[in-house]
Amino acid sequence: MSDLNEVPPGIAGPANALDARLGGANFFKRNLRKVFPDHWSFLLGEIALYSFIILLLTGTFLTFWFKPSMGEIEYAGSYAPLQGVMMSEAYASSLEISFDVRGGLLMRQMHHWAALLFVAGMMVHMLRVFFTGAYRKPREINWIIGVLLLTLALAEGLTGYSLPDDLLSGAGLRITEGVAISLPLVGTYVTFFLFGGEYPGTDVVSRFYSLHILLIPGILLALISAHMVLMWVQKHTQMPGKGRNNENVVGAPFYPAFMAKAGAYFLFTLGVVAGLATFTQINPIWLFGPYTPADISAGSQPDWYMGFLEGALRIMPAWEWNLFGTSHMGTLPLSVIIPALAPLGLIMTGLALYPFLERWITGDHREHHIAERPRNNPHRTAIGMSAITFYGVFWLLGANDELSAFFHINLNMTTYVGRVLVFVAPVLAYAITYRICLGLQRSDAAILHHGVESGVIKRLPHGEFIEVHTPPAEDIEAHIRGKEAVLTLPVAEDPAGIPPKGMRGPLGKLRAKMSKTYGGEKIPLDGDHAHDEEHAAVTSGEDKSLTH
Amino acid sequence: MTRITAWRRHPLARYAVLILALALVGMVYAAFVQVSKPADAALASGKVDDVAKGKSLFDAHCSSCHGLNAEGTSTGPTLIGVGAASVDFQMSTGRMPAGQPGAQVPSKPLPQWVDEEAIKNIGAYVQSLGGGPQVPGHEQVDAKLGDAGKGGELFRANCIQCHNWAGAGGALTQGKYAPNLNNASPTQIYEAMVTGPQAMPVFNDSTITPEEKRNMIAYITQVREQKDPGGFGLGRIGPVTEGLVAWIVGIFALVLAAIWITAKKRQKS
Repeated sequence: MSDLNEVPPGIAGPANALDARLGGANFFKRNLRKVFPDHWSFLLGEIALYSFIILLLTGTFLTFWFKPSMGEIEYAGSYAPLQGVMMSEAYASSLEISFDVRGGLLMRQMHHWAALLFVAGMMVHMLRVFFTGAYRKPREINWIIGVLLLTLALAEGLTGYSLPDDLLSGAGLRITEGVAISLPLVGTYVTFFLFGGEYPGTDVVSRFYSLHILLIPGILLALISAHMVLMWVQKHTQMPGKGRNNENVVGAPFYPAFMAKAGAYFLFTLGVVAGLATFTQINPIWLFGPYTPADISAGSQPDWYMGFLEGALRIMPAWEWNLFGTSHMGTLPLSVIIPALAPLGLIMTGLALYPFLERWITGDHREHHIAERPRNNPHRTAIGMSAITFYGVFWLLGANDELSAFFHINLNMTTYVGRVLVFVAPVLAYAITYRICLGLQRSDAAILHHGVESGVIKRLPHGEFIEVHTPPAEDIEAHIRGKEAVLTLPVAEDPAGIPPKGMRGPLGKLRAKMSKTYGGEKIPLDGDHAHDEEHAAVTSGEDKSLTH
Repeated sequence: MTRITAWRRHPLARYAVLILALALVGMVYAAFVQVSKPADAALASGKVDDVAKGKSLFDAHCSSCHGLNAEGTSTGPTLIGVGAASVDFQMSTGRMPAGQPGAQVPSKPLPQWVDEEAIKNIGAYVQSLGGGPQVPGHEQVDAKLGDAGKGGELFRANCIQCHNWAGAGGALTQGKYAPNLNNASPTQIYEAMVTGPQAMPVFNDSTITPEEKRNMIAYITQVREQKDPGGFGLGRIGPVTEGLVAWIVGIFALVLAAIWITAKKRQKS
């Protein structure tokens, strides 16, 4: 067997030659054994990573045939219902890719499905990071890179689906123009700059093309690399568990175990994208027809990741300010500015600032490498669910016409209900989530204290039936005991009744109050249980024998 | 002063002249109307049976809402002047006779007594009341004679803001809706355009010529018969169902895959 441990000369030779010139052996020696912790939710970010790779490949294929031009031509391709129709070259070449290029439709559909999964993958990954507190020190910078990536992905999506110059994408472009022109003072300048003149002009497709295939993907690629390198250097967080602490990483080495898993997961992603693209039609531009600013269709929606903006626009009351009572002095269309900027700004700014706000409130400047279970920081989890609900209501209302048509709901009613829900539902979600978290903490404490139900029913001599509980398995107990109380600021007043420095002004008092609410141990794992004795006999040694 | 002059200057003379003039105008008008009365024309052309049968069907099934003389009531509009095309559209799609009042009368399966004959009879009766658009001939709605490309442009300019780019339908205000066009026959599509049922506006022959209507029918029928080239069409309503599939199928499948991959642990030896 000894010859199996020797490197064959056919590999050793070239490897040594390369190492002598590039010196990579040391690097690989250090990094190939890098340990990655194992948890299914740690793979969610890879959905976005692999979708991005698929996007680069399929996108390159599409550029071979796509013509980013708004020059008018008469369609003479093979899609009969549009023959003889005047359209832009961009639209005609998209139809050509769909119907006259071998494999073109599959590639177009893969590109679009991968785009939807790219943003969805980013979002579920972001939620995982948020709810486990994995953005905490030292990972705040990587979190901000993530927020930038998400914002850029939205811009990449918007520029991408505008390119085919079909009627549906034109509706999105029209809203983009509406938002740009609604900006106070600079609106008209920005619009003319963006479209090279009056809307829609003849430049926007080629400009979006440069942004979509060069600038934004370039920045995305750079930021994704930075994101990965930082993750690699800072090491991945791990779930609390047996033998895991803030100083170690327990898991499988990159080579071979994690590499095989990551490779397999890439193939899974590719399989899902290719499968969706094969069996499910997406963005059927030939049904939409070419874009003319005069036409608009029922059911015009953006891709899902823009849906929350669409919803905000749809439920916004038609508020408008004519400055000094006349439109000559300028008009401030609040009905466009607020839905375009407020929800997006609130969510993205909130995401970017959250790590710092949390640190300000908890005063927690420690490094964290153990992920927090969502239930163990109930206020954070409640805030997250509240934000999801806020986003979700807008998202749902973005499709209110389809909801109305499909479920036979009065369209106006969806708008009125949405206007209330967008404020009420997040509050409800907050309260409900907070209660659920506390409930789950109690159930954790109960498991540690009473053990888990064994399924064995025992009859006591006096006729009472009880179920025998057994202590939880070692790894489950370690997982539960990984809980750590959320830090609070020292807010105690000194003997003279003066609060500590930084907690004195109105802001300081607010900070102290929030800290007290946000942090602290709500449900101690080893709290006092009045009914301990009752179960003591049940979990004692003699009863446990019954379970075997 | 002669006797005649005395009459002419009588205080009531002006009223008498007015009444005489009115009577004269009325009689002349009545005479003309008599000549062009459609019921008589129908009588003359031997269609009297259709009209008479239609009238009796109308009395039995329609008059409770539309009035005994189709003059309309508080629950149903007048049918004078709506034409046979309107009757054919409303009855052949099952919208009339209506079930219950609501924001919009839905299409439903036809009741037993409603057949081609009954629709034709009631159509003839309503047509006899005050004219209106006629049921189009076979050639007028023959999709094969239309130009789908030109029809598509008109379809996009006039129809899709309510009916969606693929005729999948959509919501309108206050519970009203634009129905899906997949089940409508070419004749019904034509009739809907010329009569403007419910929330729909009328596209008369000067707005959109009969030939253009035929082009639009050609586009609608070609697109709806087309097999979706990209796979399952997801209802042809665009990004809403696509996003739903991306999350429910795509993300769900990938999460399952992630759980499956990470569940495989190295066995402790």
